[in-house]
Amino acid sequence: MLLIHCPYCDESLPEMEFAYAGEAHIARPVDPNAVSDDEWRDHLFVRSNVRGPHYERWRHVHGCARFFNAVRDTVSDRVLGTYAAGAPRPSLADLGVEE
Amino acid sequence: MTRFSAFALVKNALNGQTGWSEQWPDAQPKAEYDVVIVGAGGHGLGAAHYLAKEHGITNVAVIEKGWLGGGNTGRNTTIIRSNYLYDESARLYDHALDLWEGLSQELNYNVMFSRRGVLMLAHNVHDVQSFQRHVHANRLNGVDNTWLTPEQAKEYCPPLNISKDARYPVLGAALQKRAGTARHDAVAWGYARSAAARGVDIVQNCPVTAIRRGPSGAVEGVETARGFIRARKVAVSAAGHTSVIMDSAGVRMPLESFPLQALVSEPVKPCFPCVVMSNAVHAYMSQSDKGELVIGSGTDQYTSYSQRGGLPLIEHTLAAICEIFPIFTRMRMLRKWGGTVDVTPDRSAILGKTPVEGLYVNCGWGTGGFKATPGAAHTLAWTVAKDEPHRINAPFTLDRFRTGRLIDEAAAAAVAH
Repeated sequence: MLLIHCPYCDESLPEMEFAYAGEAHIARPVDPNAVSDDEWRDHLFVRSNVRGPHYERWRHVHGCARFFNAVRDTVSDRVLGTYAAGAPRPSLADLGVEE
Repeated sequence: MTRFSAFALVKNALNGQTGWSEQWPDAQPKAEYDVVIVGAGGHGLGAAHYLAKEHGITNVAVIEKGWLGGGNTGRNTTIIRSNYLYDESARLYDHALDLWEGLSQELNYNVMFSRRGVLMLAHNVHDVQSFQRHVHANRLNGVDNTWLTPEQAKEYCPPLNISKDARYPVLGAALQKRAGTARHDAVAWGYARSAAARGVDIVQNCPVTAIRRGPSGAVEGVETARGFIRARKVAVSAAGHTSVIMDSAGVRMPLESFPLQALVSEPVKPCFPCVVMSNAVHAYMSQSDKGELVIGSGTDQYTSYSQRGGLPLIEHTLAAICEIFPIFTRMRMLRKWGGTVDVTPDRSAILGKTPVEGLYVNCGWGTGGFKATPGAAHTLAWTVAKDEPHRINAPFTLDRFRTGRLIDEAAAAAVAH
């Protein structure tokens, strides 16, 4: 069971309160008509699928219902830190994680 | 390798079981091979078997980071079926089913393939319509699948609760009689034994850390924990870790790795005659030959390489099982485990060539790779040997995510499967 800290509610809660929403920091191309098929494939389908610290989106569906971002180690499943949606991507050092 | 037969059994019974030889040697890697297969699960070992047997390519190594068959081959719920909606999938899975039927004889190894039937329950009007569509599509493709009323389903599987006031009422079911289960470990062992007898090296406890490409871009070999191994061709069949390995060759994959959990109960006498799946509540169950109820469901919601998964999913699965089969509400569960499955956006596999010369991939089987084992292995071996797609794996390209020619079993089933 994951313990996830909602940055808005400022509480650490069990994973059942949250819905996973895929990899974070994936920006939709501003003009889809202008991108190549390769770039469009990368945007739609290709994911980093990191083995280690993974930047991902979660939604506090059974709480404030807002989206936020989390960094989670996909080997240990430990949530290393969470931050508000729209905030810049923090480094592991920013989150106080020793590499 | 000793050939198994009634005669060999009797002979060894009389000489104190001293006449059996090692099933396969634990090989040390050589410096160079024609083909290196990454991952000694059923798919990888099977590909080695077919490369040696059907294409005469025996200078092959299967390299495994852990122990043989210790990944998803040893962690799945052993369900075998071919009742997929789309033509491409029906051909691939039915090819596998054809091979399953003769596999024990082909390998001289009992994989305990049991055609006990797979029953897929419909709980609502949408399920009924969608399964009937599946039944018709399957029959047009020559894949057996029949529609049963709730009473017929109950007759086929007596523990089923078909009462009208059930939480998940059974409105009917699709039955594929030719489907069933097999002994998962025996599949890996049988393929390993057969491949090793033909000269294939099986190297265990040797993680592949990267794929090395030469100046022309073509594959040169693999970096491993025991040093560099040169190879003309490399086939990656590494399930949940495929994208990590492919990244090292500069190929980014449309894959995400999720935990898929399963659990078994305490063993009981035979009471459950077939496999039952319920897509709507997402649980499935069968009874192993040891007597344990083997239970599985969908993946956890988040990506992970932990091979664990969380308990909320187990609770959800067992709640559904208890509703559908009230007779099992007091069964105790013995153990649970997880595997790491690689899921594609359209829930169909990627099987064949890659943009890199000499590099082949067999991945993206998601939550349903076991049933495909012989078919995937057989067509992968063809593609590696001839450097061209087999007619059955031809649609399952990596390129389909660029062209948009998806095989959208995700939409067809509405769940991961």
